[in-house]
This record gives sequence, structure tokens and C-alpha cells, in this order.
Amino acid sequence: MTRAGGFIVAAAALTLPLWLASAYHVHVAIMAAIFGVLALSLNLLLGFTGQLSLGHAAFFGIGAYTSALLTLKTEWPFWPALAAAVALAGAAGWLIGRLALKLRGAYFVLVTISFAGVISLVSVNWIELTNGPLGLPGVPAPELFGWSLRSKTAYYYLVLAALALSYLVCARLVRSRIGRAFVALRENEALAESIGVDVTHYLVLATVVSAAIAGLGGSLYAHYTRFVSPEVFLFSYTVTMVIMVVAGGKGTLAGPLVGAVLFTVLPETLRAAASWQWQMLAYGVLLVLLVFFLPRGIVPALQALRGRGAS
Amino acid sequence: MTLAVRDLAVRFGGVTALEAVSFDVRPGSITSVIGPNGAGKTTAFNAITGYLRPAGGRITYDGVSLTGLRPSAIARRGIVRTFQRTSVFPALSVEDNVLTGMHLRGTAGFLEVLAGRRRLAVEEKGLGTEAAAILAFVGLAHRRREVASALPYGEQRLVELAVALAARPRVLLLDEPGAGMTGAEKTAVSGLIRKIREQGVTVLLVEHDMRMVMGISDTVIALNGGRVIAEGPPAAIQSHPDVIRAYLGASGGAA
Repeated sequence: MTRAGGFIVAAAALTLPLWLASAYHVHVAIMAAIFGVLALSLNLLLGFTGQLSLGHAAFFGIGAYTSALLTLKTEWPFWPALAAAVALAGAAGWLIGRLALKLRGAYFVLVTISFAGVISLVSVNWIELTNGPLGLPGVPAPELFGWSLRSKTAYYYLVLAALALSYLVCARLVRSRIGRAFVALRENEALAESIGVDVTHYLVLATVVSAAIAGLGGSLYAHYTRFVSPEVFLFSYTVTMVIMVVAGGKGTLAGPLVGAVLFTVLPETLRAAASWQWQMLAYGVLLVLLVFFLPRGIVPALQALRGRGAS
Repeated sequence: MTLAVRDLAVRFGGVTALEAVSFDVRPGSITSVIGPNGAGKTTAFNAITGYLRPAGGRITYDGVSLTGLRPSAIARRGIVRTFQRTSVFPALSVEDNVLTGMHLRGTAGFLEVLAGRRRLAVEEKGLGTEAAAILAFVGLAHRRREVASALPYGEQRLVELAVALAARPRVLLLDEPGAGMTGAEKTAVSGLIRKIREQGVTVLLVEHDMRMVMGISDTVIALNGGRVIAEGPPAAIQSHPDVIRAYLGASGGAA
């Protein structure tokens, strides 16, 4: 993104609630920002280290449950609960990274799927802690300096700040030697080792950061919907994140954001326009068309277009 | 600062690929490993650089054991290799390939990167300058912005060499640097290898092209059937009866 482009996007994001007609539209914006956090997190692994985590909803759910349980059962305030959610999700990421040390490709995918499956079962069956399938209602809304962030507009700015922070973390990592080590693992692992990149160290690091950011998204989701149930571990959350990252452009910084906005707004628009069956059909057709015509994603396609225009 | 290989043994299942291989690579030398196909040259490279765990023997550099270390740990000790089959970071630009090769040169840690310390921008700039110098050295300055996988084969091999040099090796192991190159390209690579040595880097290479080997090596080690059959200066190796027999076959030696 150019500096001017970034400025325009930031200005638009900051003034968005002024433009939106109804609380419903702000709700869609909040969900887009939460999914933006999640897509950024998945992209760090999938786009940069080249490893697909198909259990990413687990980190999201761990963040959601940690935050909900701490505020409900121990009456922690929101902020430390948020920090704990990030930390615990990051710790889970560390565990997965260590387990998957030598596993790549399909095997990495299997470890992450299995992990999500196990965590999901725990959330359903550890009824004393999680209230099982009934979930945890009444998760409190966050407060900041005594002000409640209960209103949709206030919450929008909270998730926007979290999104900006996640973006900053990803951008700084990716543009450093650490990011180059991630990409080296994706591009050519044997060569990466030969020039001194401790590949497993960097894979663990990427998994931890990615999981921690997903945990951030989970906590924000829990305090927004005010309700957490084992549904947060649904495979469809992971699939949505993957679609956002791949359609937007994996391995780019802007791609996950574009994907998150598109695939949050689009289903909502379709919902207003057509019956359920037609929605799903239109969604599917659009996905196929995207993969067919823009296999590398929207952002890389735009970059290529601009490059051609410049030369 | 000698790279010493002692009694190195590698087995794949029941097959012995290397048996009691011992040799020294003197600091500042260009040493070549030759031998017919299947002699164990690349296997020796893989064992030295940590890509294969030897069944027996010791590898030391400057008296410190390298045996059992991961390739990245061996690279950290200054021993860097290239690969027989062209090996670059395909989707990255030539410049980013070299910058990635400088991984060990950078010092930016995780928290520093997150904090966005100003020092890091200075470091990045320095690495960029150095990358440009390395690209100029191998003659790829004009390809800086191109994607590595889009380059012709000979230039991809130069990218690979540049990536290895970016790690600032003390010992550089080159696995068939001239393979698949034209005569002119081979001459250029030979010149580069000499210049690399002049900068104080020890070079160990596996190579099939005898003209190249004999032209640039100080010492030649001949392998056959997983054993060292001869070691010495190029002229002595060229006329060594066991070497001639290994290349031409037993009947050739008798004739």
C-alpha cells in the first residue's frame, strides 16, 4: 500500500461510524474488524511461513473462553482478561509449534485440526468450567477509564484499535529479518537452514504470534457478542479465515484485510438480497470465480496491474 | 581453522555410502572432491553440513565438533553450502534472496522488531548496501529486482552462490557449481571461486568438470565406492593409477 492509500484507508476507517446509516451497519463493521484480526493472524502462518493451520478457530476460541471465564468467574476487569486471553492463546500456539516441530504441509494441517477438535470437545464436556453446550451468557462489556464500551460505536473503535495493533505487529515482523526467515521457510527450507535460519525456532515463533493475535480476536468477539459457546470452535470459522486470506492475497499485508471486509460484507449483503439457498449458491460461484481468475488473490492482482501500469 | 573429517561413515539401510572417510580441508585452500557417480561426494557434503546424520566418525572445525549439529547451527559456525540441484528462494527477488542469506548478519530480535527501534532501520540499510555489493561481485547487479525463478539457469546458480556468500562463510562448500553451465559460464565461476578464496574463504567443492577442478584446486580428494582412494595436488591425482582405474573401469586400468 502506498502512503497516500494507507492514509485514505485509515481516515475512512476512523470516520466510518459517521457514514453508516444504522447500528446494524456498525455491527457488520465490527465483525469485519474482528475477522480482520483473525485473517491477519492466519496469514502470518499461511502466507509467510507457508504452513496451513486448519485449527485456527482453536486459538480464537481459547481467547474467547479465557476472557469470558476470567471476567465472569473471577470478575477480572476486561483489560487483564484480554491480556490473559492473548497469552493463553499464544501458549497454545507454542504447544502446537513444538508438537509440529518437524511436521510440514499436510501433517502440520492434521496436528492443527486435531488440536482444535480436542479443545472443542473439552469446551463441550468440561461442564463445571465451561457450562458445556449451553455456553456462557452475560460476558460483561469492556470499560475504559470508567466508561462503558457497550455502545456499538465505542466497540467499533476498540476493535479498530486492536486491528491496527495486529497489523502493526505483522507489518513490523514481516519487514524484518524475522519475516525474511518466515518466508525462507516457505520458499525453501533446506536452503534456509544452510544459511543459518533455525527453521523450527521461527516456525514456533510464527505460531505463537499468530495464535496470540487470534486469541485477541477471540476475546474481542466474546465481549462483543457477550456470549461464548462451543460454537466458537466451529470449523467454519477456520474456513472463513482461510477464504479471507486466500481471496485477499496470502503473503501480503493488505490481503487479509481486503478479504475480511469482502467476506464479512458480502454474506450480509446477500442475506438482504436473496433467500438462503441463493445466498450460498452466489457465495460459492463467487469463490470459484475468484480462485479461477485471481488465483493469487485480490491484492497481488492489483499490485501486478499497478506494476504493469507503471512500467 | 582446519575442517577435519575423520573416519566418516554413512549408511542408508544396509548400503554403505561412506566408509572411514578422512581428510582435512586446509584453511585458505581450494579443495575439490571428485569421483565417479555414486562415489559418495554429495553424501560427504550432506554429512559435513548436518543434512545427514553419520553412522560413525567425527567432523570438526577449528577443533570444535560439528557432528550431530543442525545445518543452521553449522552455518552459524561459518560453514555454508550450496546444493547440487539449483536452490534459491524462487518467488523472491534476487535482492531479497541475498538479504535472506544475510540472516545471521542481522541482529534484530523479536521485541526490538515489535518496538520498531530506529537502530533496526540503520541495520537494514547497511544490509541493503552489502547485498548490492555481493550482487555486483557475482555479476547480477542488473538483475536485482527480478524474481529469482524467472532467471536463466546459469544466473540462478549465481544467485545461489550470492545467497551463500551473504551468510559470510569461513568455509564454503559448493556442490557442482559448474553443473549445466556453458564453457564461458564455467570460466566465470572458476574466476569467482578464486576471488572468494582470495577474500580468505576456504572452499571445498564437488565437481565433475575435470578441467575446472584441475584448474583451480590446491588439493584434490578422489572418492570411489565410499572411500578415499587418493589425495594430493591436481597433477598427482590426474596421473594416479587408482583414480584412472576408478574413472575408466578395471579393464581400462589393465589395458
